[in-house]
Amino acid sequence: MNEMTIEATVANIETVTDFVNEQLEALSCPMKVQMQIDIAIDELFGNIAMYAYDPETGPATVSVEVEKDPLAVIITFIDNGKPYDPLSAKDPDITLGAEDRDQGGLGVFLVKKTMDDITYEYKNGQNILRIKKKI
Amino acid sequence: MNINTKKDNTALTVFIEGRLDTATSPSLDETLKAQMPGISELVIDMEKLEYLSSAGLRVLLSAQKIMNKQGSMTVRNVNETIMEIFDITGFSDILTIQ
Repeated sequence: MNEMTIEATVANIETVTDFVNEQLEALSCPMKVQMQIDIAIDELFGNIAMYAYDPETGPATVSVEVEKDPLAVIITFIDNGKPYDPLSAKDPDITLGAEDRDQGGLGVFLVKKTMDDITYEYKNGQNILRIKKKI
Repeated sequence: MNINTKKDNTALTVFIEGRLDTATSPSLDETLKAQMPGISELVIDMEKLEYLSSAGLRVLLSAQKIMNKQGSMTVRNVNETIMEIFDITGFSDILTIQ
């Protein structure tokens, strides 16, 4: 398992993405899957950066584990910010037209739809969000 | 991300390149808001866009709402990953995709 702990800021999303991509490339991950994972990182690490410690910032730990048979990656995001279960939010109504749409909820919804599994737990003062994607 | 724009009277084409995500979406939003007044035909060209996240979707939605009032908006040259995101989120029904 490889992990990095970094200040959760929007500017650091790219650093986390590069860190994960390096490991995906070593696994010959198809480009489409890599992009879906990159989007998930933008949504999940981005949420930590913007909301977990708001109005301050704080650290987040991102770890990457590889599972074999079938080959999959498990990426875990941990922060010590406000307890928040992103899976508790209601899915957006995707049948509404532009005028009736509000702006929220799309990110986590996208992650739910493109990843094979997503779990959340709050333990020892930490938000622990885990995604799994077969590659 | 790089943004290039081409303006021809009331037609504006915006070429976006790279990733449209949490870090880069605000600059697309600013470019659009600055250049959209008086535009009746907006084209967003995604030929060189790798992918977008929900932050990018929010910018597109807000541009679409403005263009619904003042003309038309078309999104073109969308790759497979981006098309899938539009399909999952119902944006393929909201946007005019060429």
